[in-house]
Amino acid sequence: MAGAAGPGAGPAAAGGDGDDSLYPIAVLIDELRNEDVQPPLESLATVEETVVRDKAVESLRQISQEHTPIALEAHFVPLVKRLASGDWFTSRTSACGLFSVCYPRASNAVKAEIRQHFRSLCSDDTPMVRRAAASKLGEFAKVLELASVKSEIVPLFTNLASDEQDSVRLLAVEACVSIAQLLSQDDLEALVMPTLRQAAEDKSWRVRYMVADKFSELQKAVGPKITLNDLIPAFQNLLKDCEAEVRAAAAHKVKELCENLPIEGRETTIMNQILPYIKELVSDTNQHVKSALASVIMGLSTILGKENTIEHLLPLFLAQLKDECPEVRLNIISNLDCVNEVIGIRQLSQSLLPAIVELAEDAKWRVRLAIIEYMPLLASQLGVEFFDEKLNSLCMAWLVDHVYAIREAATNNLMKLVQKFGTEWAQNTIVPKVLVMANDPNYLHRMTTLFCINALSETCGQEITTKQMLPIVLKMAGDQVANVRFNVAKSLQKIGPILDTNALQGEVKPVLQKLGQDEDMDVKYFAQEAISVVAQRLRKLDFPVKDSEVPRAPGAEKNHFLRPRVPGEDTGKGPTYRLHVNTRDTLVQLEIAELVHFSQSRD
Amino acid sequence: METKLPPASTPTSPSSPGLSPVPPPDKVDGFSRRSLRRARPRRSHSSSQFRYQSNQQELTPLPLLKDVPASELHELLSRKLAQCGVMFDFLDCVADLKGKEVKRAALNELVECVGSTRGVLIEPVYPDIIRMISVNIFRTLPPSENPEFDPEEDEPNLEPSWPHLQLVYEFFLRFLESPDFQPSVAKRYVDQKFVLMLLELFDSEDPREREYLKTILHRVYGKFLGLRAYIRKQCNHIFLRFIYELEHFNGVAELLEILGSIINGFALPLKTEHKQFLVRVLIPLHSVKSLSVFHAQLAYCVVQFLEKDATLTEHVIRGLLKYWPKTCTQKEVMFLGEMEEILDVIEPSQFVKIQEPLFKQVARCVSSPHFQVAERALYFWNNEYILSLIEDNCHTVLPAVFGTLYQVSKEHWNQTIVSLIYNVLKTFMEMNGKLFDELTASYKLEKQQEQQKAQERQELWQGLEELRLRRLQGAQGARETPLQRLTPQVATSGGQS
Repeated sequence: MAGAAGPGAGPAAAGGDGDDSLYPIAVLIDELRNEDVQPPLESLATVEETVVRDKAVESLRQISQEHTPIALEAHFVPLVKRLASGDWFTSRTSACGLFSVCYPRASNAVKAEIRQHFRSLCSDDTPMVRRAAASKLGEFAKVLELASVKSEIVPLFTNLASDEQDSVRLLAVEACVSIAQLLSQDDLEALVMPTLRQAAEDKSWRVRYMVADKFSELQKAVGPKITLNDLIPAFQNLLKDCEAEVRAAAAHKVKELCENLPIEGRETTIMNQILPYIKELVSDTNQHVKSALASVIMGLSTILGKENTIEHLLPLFLAQLKDECPEVRLNIISNLDCVNEVIGIRQLSQSLLPAIVELAEDAKWRVRLAIIEYMPLLASQLGVEFFDEKLNSLCMAWLVDHVYAIREAATNNLMKLVQKFGTEWAQNTIVPKVLVMANDPNYLHRMTTLFCINALSETCGQEITTKQMLPIVLKMAGDQVANVRFNVAKSLQKIGPILDTNALQGEVKPVLQKLGQDEDMDVKYFAQEAISVVAQRLRKLDFPVKDSEVPRAPGAEKNHFLRPRVPGEDTGKGPTYRLHVNTRDTLVQLEIAELVHFSQSRD
Repeated sequence: METKLPPASTPTSPSSPGLSPVPPPDKVDGFSRRSLRRARPRRSHSSSQFRYQSNQQELTPLPLLKDVPASELHELLSRKLAQCGVMFDFLDCVADLKGKEVKRAALNELVECVGSTRGVLIEPVYPDIIRMISVNIFRTLPPSENPEFDPEEDEPNLEPSWPHLQLVYEFFLRFLESPDFQPSVAKRYVDQKFVLMLLELFDSEDPREREYLKTILHRVYGKFLGLRAYIRKQCNHIFLRFIYELEHFNGVAELLEILGSIINGFALPLKTEHKQFLVRVLIPLHSVKSLSVFHAQLAYCVVQFLEKDATLTEHVIRGLLKYWPKTCTQKEVMFLGEMEEILDVIEPSQFVKIQEPLFKQVARCVSSPHFQVAERALYFWNNEYILSLIEDNCHTVLPAVFGTLYQVSKEHWNQTIVSLIYNVLKTFMEMNGKLFDELTASYKLEKQQEQQKAQERQELWQGLEELRLRRLQGAQGARETPLQRLTPQVATSGGQS
C-alpha cells in the first residue's frame, strides 16, 4: 500500500490505494447517502487520484445538505476540520471544497473557525492547496456575510492574486468575478480593482489569458462605470498583447464586450476605443488571432448600424475575406447573415467571389463542405444571374469531387438551389448537366447522377422527372457496374411516388423485373425491394396487379446475406472488379450499417 | 504596429478596397492559389521576454576589461553587467543588430573574465551579477506551439534569444563554479524566490536550456545548504502537479537526474521525508503517460533508494505492481527493465517477501501476445543473480509461473518466444527435476480435469437442448410428459459438473 510509509497513513487506510479504480466506489457511496458513509468518504477525500477525491468531495457536499444544523456541527464540521488540518496535501485540497456547504448553517463560533481554516489554507505551503483554495474562493465568498467578505475575503483574494505561482494567480481571476458581484461600486473600486488591473498586466501570459477569457463575466460583474474607466483600457492592452494566445482570447470577446456596453454612448466608445485595435488585429501575424476575430467581427455590424458598417467594418470584412488562412475566410463567410441584415450581401459580392472560389477548392474537404453549406444562402442573396454567372460551375464541380461527403453535400445543395430558383431554372441549367454525367466513364460520377435525381425529382415535379430523368435512369439499368445497377433500383423506388401509373406500369416495372433477375445478388435484392414498393403504389392507385407477381422481397430469402456495396472514396478509375472493396468512408459505413440493420430487422 | 488598412473613406466601392498587397479581384483567378496549398506556416516563436522592454537605449561598446587598470575594473564590470541587462527582440532577427552584437561581446567577455581572472568576484558585484542573470533568464515561458506537444515525436520550440541566453547561462555557471565564489555572500541574492523561478524554467521546451539549468541547479544545491530542503520540496510540488494535475512538464527528466545524485548523497538512516518522497512521488510517477521520456532517470532514482535502504524494496515492488501498465506494452517493457534493475540489487531476504506477486506478474508478461513484452520478461532468466534467487526459492517461484510458461510454450505465435520458454523450462528441469516432474504432472491433471468439466458442461447443454426439442414435440403431439423422464438425468449431469 502506497500510504504506509507516509504519515498520512491513518485516514488513508480505506482509500490508501490512491487509485482511480476507487472512483466507482466514490460514486456508489454517493448513492447510499447516509451518515454512515461519511468515514469512508473522508478516506476517499484524502487519496491522491484527483477524480476519486473530487467525487468524494462532491458526495460529501451532498450529504451535508441532509444534515440538520445540529448534526452538521456534531458530525460534519469536525470532518471538515480534520481534512483541513491533514498532513498530506490531498486532504487539505478536499477540505477547500467543503467550507462553503457547512458555513451558512453553522453557529457564529463555528463560522469563525471555518473562516480561520479557510484563511490558513489560502496561504498553505503547497501550491496544490492554494490552487484548490483559490478556485473555491468565489464560492466561499458568496456564502459569507458582506462584512467578512470585505474584511477577510478581499485580503485573501489580494494575496492569492499576487501568489508566486501563476497557476494560483489565474484562479484568483475567476474568483474575482464572484467577489465583484458582492461588493458595491465604491468598495469594488477600492478593494478589487487594483488587483484586477494588476492581473490584466500580469507578467505571466496565462493570467492575462484568464482575464481575457473571463472578460465578459468581469464586465458584467463590475458594472458599466468601471468597465468604461478600467476595463476598456485593459481590454485594449489585451488586444495588443505580445502573446497570440491572449490576443486570440480577447478577440473572441470583442462582440460580447461591445454588446454589453451601456447603450448610451456605445457607438462612440466602440468607434473610438475598440475599433482602432480591431483594425490592427485584422492584419495580425497569427492566424488563430485573425480567425478568432473573424468569428465575431461580423456581429459588430448589427451593433454599429448600416453607415458605420459600410464605412468602417466593410473594409475589415473585405480584408479578412482575402486572408491567406482559409479558416479566417470561412469564419467570415459563416457569419454573413449578420451583415446581410444590416447592409445586404451585395456590398460584399465582389470580394466574396474570389474567397468562395478559393475555399471551394481548398485542399481540406471539411473546408469545402463548410462552404457548400453556405451556398443556398449566398445564392438567395446574390440572385440567379450572379449565381449562374459565377457560382453555378462551382456547384457542378463539387458533384465530381473525390470525397463522397462533398458529392453528397453538393447533391443536397442542388436540391436547395432548385427550391430557391424554381423548376424552370432547374430544367435549363441543372438537369442537363446532371444528366450528362450519366455517360461518364467513372462509375462514381454515374452514380452521382442517380443521387442527384433522387434529390431533385420531388422538387422538379412529375413532368421533368418523367420526361427527362426517368429515361436516363432506365437506360442506366444496363450499366456494367453492379453498384450503378442497384442504385438504379433504389432510385426507381425513390422516384416512384412522383411518376404516374403509366410510366410505372409501362416503363419502371419491366426494368425492375429485369433487374430482379440480375446475376448480382445485391442488385436482385434492391430490385425486389423496389418492385414491392412500386407494386404497393400501383395497388393504391387501384391498378390491377396479381399478387403472385410480387415476391416479398427482403424477407423472402431467409439466408440472404447483404454484401455491402460501397461507392468508394477512390476516384473509380480503376477496373470494376475493385468495387467490392470496403472503404473507410464513414458516411458510407453508416449507410451500410443502416442497410444491414434494415435487412436484419426484416428477418 | 501601423495597420495597412486604408483610411475608411471608400465605403461604397468594395471593388476597389485599396488593400495594397492583394491584386484587385476583378477575375476569379486574380490571386495566387499556391499560397493556400502550402503547409501551415510555422507560427513565429514567441518569447515573453521582449514585453518588458521600456525605452530602448543605444548600446555603445565599452573598453575591454583587460585593458583597464585594476582600480577601474569593478566600475567597468558593473557597467558591462548593466549593459547585459538590456533585452533585445530576437523575433525580429534584423532589429538592432548592433546592440545585439555589443551585448554578445560583453557577455563573452564576462564569461571569459569570471572564469579565468581571480579577484573579480568581490562582494559589491554580487547583486549586479544576480540582477543581470535574473533579468535575462527569468521570464514566463511562452505558450507551447503545439498544445499536444510530444517530447518524443515533435520538434521542440527553440528559444529564439538563445545566442544571448546561452552566454548568460554559461556566465552563471562559471560564476557558481569560480574558486572565488562565496555562497555566504551569494545566499542573500540567490534566495527561495530565485530558486523557485529557476525551477519554473525547467518547463522550457528547449533542451539546450534545460541542460544548462540542470547543471546550474545541481551546483546551487551543492553550494547553498540552506536551500536544499526547499529545492527538494519544490521539486515534489512540481512532480505532484505533473502526476495529478497537468501531465505536462518538460523538465522532469532533468529534475530526476539531479535528484538521482541527491539521493546518492542521502545520509543513513533515511529521513521520513525522503522515504515519503519515494513512495508518494517517485512510485506514482510511473503512472504518467509520458513515462518513456524520463523512465531511465526515474529507475535510477528508485534503484538509488534501494541501494541506500533495502527495507524499502517491498514497498517499491508492490507499488510498481500496482501501477503495472494494463494496455501499454511499451511501458510494460520499461517496467520489466526497471524490475530487473531492482532485482539486480535486491537482498535475498527482501526477495522472499515479494517473490510470489512479482513472479505472477512476470508470468502474465510472458503470456503477453506482444512478443517484446514476453521476450523482455523471459530475459530475466539470463540474469545469473535472478536465476540464483529463483533457484533458492524454487518451491515458491516455480509453481507461480509454471502453468503459464507451459501453456505459452504450446500456444505462443512467436517462435523466438517459444524457444526462449523451452530454455527456461529446461533450466527449471535442471534446477529441480523432481519439482518439475510434480508440476508437470499436476498441470496435466489440472488440464484433464478442465477438459472433463468442459465436456460435462457440453453434455449438459446438449441434454437441455434435447429436452427443449422434446417439449416442443410434446406440445405438438400427444399430451405426454417427457419432461419428467428427462429431468433426473439433467439433474445428475448437473451435479457432476
